[in-house]
Amino acid sequence: MTPAEKAKAPPTTVPRDGPDLTGPELEARLHRTWARPRGLIGWLSSVDHKEIGVRYVVTALIFFAMAGLLALHMRLQLARPESNLMTPELYNETFTMHGSTMMFLFAVPVMQGMQIYLTPLMAGTRNMAFPRLTAFSYWMYLSGGLMLWISHVMNISPDNGWFSYVPLAGPQFSPGKRADVWAQMITFTEVAALAVAVTLTTTILKQRAPGMTLARMPIFLWSTLVTSVMVIFSMPSVALASSMLISDRSVGTQFFNPAENGDALLWQHLFWFFGHPEVYIIFLPGTAFVSEIVVTFCRRSIHGYSVVALSLVATGILAFGLWVHHMFATGLPRVGYSFFTAASMSVAIPTGLQIFCWIATMWEGRPRLTVPMLYVIGFIFTFVIGGLSGVIIASVPLDLQLTDTYFIVAHLHYVLIGGGVFPLIGAITYWFPKVTGRMMSERMGKIAFWALFLGFQLAFFPMHISGLMGMPRRVFTYPAGMGLELPNMLSTIGAFVVAAAVLLFVVNLVNSLFRGVPAGPNPWDAPSLEWAASSPPAPYNFPHIPVVESRTPLWDADGSLRVVHGLRVEEPELLLTTVVSATPDIREPGVAPSPWPFLSTIATAVVFVCSIFSPWALVFGIVPAGIALTAWFWPKKPPPEGEPVIV
Amino acid sequence: MTLRHVFADDVSELPTNAFSHRSLTWWGVIGFMVIEGTAFGLVFATYFFLMSHEQHWAPQPLLPPNPLAGTLFTIIILATEIPNTMIKKAAEKYDLATVRRLLPWMVGVPLLLFVLRGFEFNSLNVNWYDNAYGSVLWALLVLHTTHIGTDWVDTVVLWRLMMTPHGEEPRRFSDIDENSLYWRFVWLAWLPIYLLIYLVPRLFR
Amino acid sequence: MKPGRFTALVVAGMAVSGCGGIQNALGGQAVQSRDFVSLFAVFMVVCTVMYFVTVGTLMWAVFRRRRATEACTVETGRHEVSAPGSRTALVVWTTLIAVGLSALAVASFFTDRSLAAAARSPKLAITVTANQWWWDVQYTPDNPSHIIRTANELHLPVGVPAEITLKSNDVIHSFWIPNLAGKQDVIPGRVTDAQILPRQIGQYRGQCAEFCGTEHANMALDVTVESMADFKKWAAAQLQPAIAPTTPLAAAGFNYVTTRQCSVCHNITGTPANGQLGPDLTHLASRKTIAAGTLPLTRGNLYGWVADPQSQKPGSQMPTMQIAPQDLHAIVAYLETLK
Repeated sequence: MTPAEKAKAPPTTVPRDGPDLTGPELEARLHRTWARPRGLIGWLSSVDHKEIGVRYVVTALIFFAMAGLLALHMRLQLARPESNLMTPELYNETFTMHGSTMMFLFAVPVMQGMQIYLTPLMAGTRNMAFPRLTAFSYWMYLSGGLMLWISHVMNISPDNGWFSYVPLAGPQFSPGKRADVWAQMITFTEVAALAVAVTLTTTILKQRAPGMTLARMPIFLWSTLVTSVMVIFSMPSVALASSMLISDRSVGTQFFNPAENGDALLWQHLFWFFGHPEVYIIFLPGTAFVSEIVVTFCRRSIHGYSVVALSLVATGILAFGLWVHHMFATGLPRVGYSFFTAASMSVAIPTGLQIFCWIATMWEGRPRLTVPMLYVIGFIFTFVIGGLSGVIIASVPLDLQLTDTYFIVAHLHYVLIGGGVFPLIGAITYWFPKVTGRMMSERMGKIAFWALFLGFQLAFFPMHISGLMGMPRRVFTYPAGMGLELPNMLSTIGAFVVAAAVLLFVVNLVNSLFRGVPAGPNPWDAPSLEWAASSPPAPYNFPHIPVVESRTPLWDADGSLRVVHGLRVEEPELLLTTVVSATPDIREPGVAPSPWPFLSTIATAVVFVCSIFSPWALVFGIVPAGIALTAWFWPKKPPPEGEPVIV
Repeated sequence: MTLRHVFADDVSELPTNAFSHRSLTWWGVIGFMVIEGTAFGLVFATYFFLMSHEQHWAPQPLLPPNPLAGTLFTIIILATEIPNTMIKKAAEKYDLATVRRLLPWMVGVPLLLFVLRGFEFNSLNVNWYDNAYGSVLWALLVLHTTHIGTDWVDTVVLWRLMMTPHGEEPRRFSDIDENSLYWRFVWLAWLPIYLLIYLVPRLFR
Repeated sequence: MKPGRFTALVVAGMAVSGCGGIQNALGGQAVQSRDFVSLFAVFMVVCTVMYFVTVGTLMWAVFRRRRATEACTVETGRHEVSAPGSRTALVVWTTLIAVGLSALAVASFFTDRSLAAAARSPKLAITVTANQWWWDVQYTPDNPSHIIRTANELHLPVGVPAEITLKSNDVIHSFWIPNLAGKQDVIPGRVTDAQILPRQIGQYRGQCAEFCGTEHANMALDVTVESMADFKKWAAAQLQPAIAPTTPLAAAGFNYVTTRQCSVCHNITGTPANGQLGPDLTHLASRKTIAAGTLPLTRGNLYGWVADPQSQKPGSQMPTMQIAPQDLHAIVAYLETLK
């Protein structure tokens, strides 16, 4: 039938959810429709956001542990002055791998993984907007990470720092393939992150439950939206820079070569234009975890919802105006620097507003000090130190002494661990029951928290001192007799305490997976929609798409949940709503499991890895990659019968 | 505590396909346009950053690029907007016959554009490895060529798809609509690049 | 207590509290570094207050006594109700933050002005060229016959503003003498500069502060701030060509060094050795360390360095060559005479 004919044909009887089809019978049929096939092929073909989200988080935590082991090795080397536990070459590779793994393979992917898992559940929909693209992103991320770590095993890992400054990383001073491995790892991880960002943005704008206006969506969705837009605007910069670096190294372009009209500072501008928003891309989801946890455990809505939402937006925008504060020592005009000092200090204001709102929420409510709340409190104690040391280095005269010293190492770990990892562990503890259907051990969680909190302070606070006492960054050793022995030894001890705490957390995680107390859908009595789904959620998330009338739907529900009905049951279907008012608009076909994202990754990964060795790989590799992508896009079966309405 | 479901609106009569901001993939296309636009913007910034170091741009003794091939290219790519718009409008009316008739133009004319693009590379009067000016000019042209290349492949695939029975599916018309939208981005992005390659190096010699 | 007095006390406190090192940002032994210490003290005070206000309020909010019924929670049915006065509290909080940050920005601005003022009319011109992994130092007065060239060390007369022009021969480095001033990156293709006005005589240590490759950690320089008289003595000695060898062993060393591989890279003024690739050795024996601060200047270290630099500083540009033992004795004997 032509589309016009289809428009006139009467609707045939198609099973749809509703008063006539609800409860266990509906759920069984939805399960058959939405569950993916079992077996290896089914696993490789999964497009279920929950599965992909868990893969992202688990993979990221494994990279976190590996990068953490590298850190312990470095701390052993630095525990004593003039130590030769590690050669300078090994040390330089180690800190490069540590930084690159933590930033590109842990911090952003873990936040995106949590966002992938939680966004459709919190928004009240059944999957992400582009499920196969999400699956592709995961495989691309994994490929980039594997490539980097295999290079480490093969002793061709990058050794110029996670920031890979030129001309050191250029063709003249870094012969061999190490710097190219770094640059291609960027390509993999940036493609993955960008694809996820577009998917998350689309999901939040178009798939929110009916009635969930932008002003009613959970703060977590605001933060996901803001950080996804930030990813979209910032990551092209590092992708461009790394491509220019590969090009300088492999085909002889002169972007960064001062002898041929190029400029070494071009790299720094492009890198930090990405690099500064990057740290907020890590931090803002951390603040969103805090908002969600505080609401549940203080038993009330967030104080100042609009203030918090607008602060997220303001931080996201301001973050793009700060990047030159990483370049204060490069000798750019001082007049320009003043702008960046002012901007760098101003960004503290929206964060300060968020802190006010959290504290006000605690004040007005009745805080319950569960493990997630402990991490919230630990976060405030720790992150604020990092934020204030950030205010210190926003001043150019102060930064000129402190930049490139251990003071910065202290600052960055205080904000990233305090502002990212602490909320993350609290969030994993908080949502663990939803993901697995079991509770984590509260007792083990509290011990791990205190070990992590105290160990962290012991490891990183002394670094403020060693920085002030003249210890630069990225040094494999330091001379004896300069007073650096004590802070370094304390940091090393602290690092091992942190490692023990992380180990305890992992033990808790694994143990609770098998022996945790079983949890129902809403063990914390939390207000947001994900807690209406079962624990763990069914493949289709919700049997009926919920309707939302407030910011805290489950608290205002009185035991009942308003839902829409009429979606197909035998074919996967979900609901698109309008962007602003979230009125039901389109019935969108769901996407079936597909092996093509995985196969496309293989084709693309081969192109990217081979291009490290020859630029021709890009030319020839286009063909298999193009075939895989075409097969991915090509429709596999016609749309379902009985669809008369097209507008 | 299992929640009791209270049934509200019936959504079974809602359409399953729509265009523009009501279509999910439209947002995906917009997202990728923003990403690529940002990348182009950063290359423009790089261009001006490198230019700010120079007394002369094109740096002496280089000649600026010869604009003949590039100008022809610009005229032709702007002309493709005519069939492009006709295809877009036809798609929004689910007019399969018109779409099938006009798509070959969007497959064939870009081949001419590729030929002209080849001449453009030859007209730059500088190699990518000579200096940073050459590198950034080549970068602009290579990026845009990749841009046209990927959209052309998309168009070929869509054209073949529309010639099969799949072409009758409503969803395919949104795909055509969005592909036409993307083509507009391809030639819009070209306009500032044209100026940066052919005009600016003549202004600051 | 006057603000200046207060800051001076804090500064003194910090300086006294075990912070007397040769590579110490709290040393404050020059105008620039002293400005840093004062400004840092101001920031520390304000930031510490802000911190304790924040965590104090947090603890109060968490642990304050409240009756179960008064809380605005879901249990009491008031989970969207705000506490009275919370709007005022928000305004006060935001104002405090904004005022605090503005005050710090203003303080920072004044320090910037002070540093700019100290940088005007320098009296001593020095050019430092950074290499992987050593510092080439050249004093460049107006009279070309008075150019002094040395390596990995700096002598500065106290109370005289010096301007150091910075260049790089390879990658980005950073010139940093924490006791005296903040750091300045050294970028190939660009010329940057640093200003230092030392105020206290002493021995200090600088170090490269931008990761520059394998031996970034071993790229230091010895800095001597001395009286004008001592500086002039040092400069006069530096202007002399290399001392001629007086013993047969040293003469043999002289022959080797000035005719064999050493002379390809190193310069010894007044001898045939005029290589420009490595550190100038004319007055090597007058320095405190070798290999850019990696090793103290001792006989044993000279032996070790000349015989096998790669084992002392792997990756360094000085290759390990096969030197026969008797040649080694001769070389070290000669180098020790280069005062």
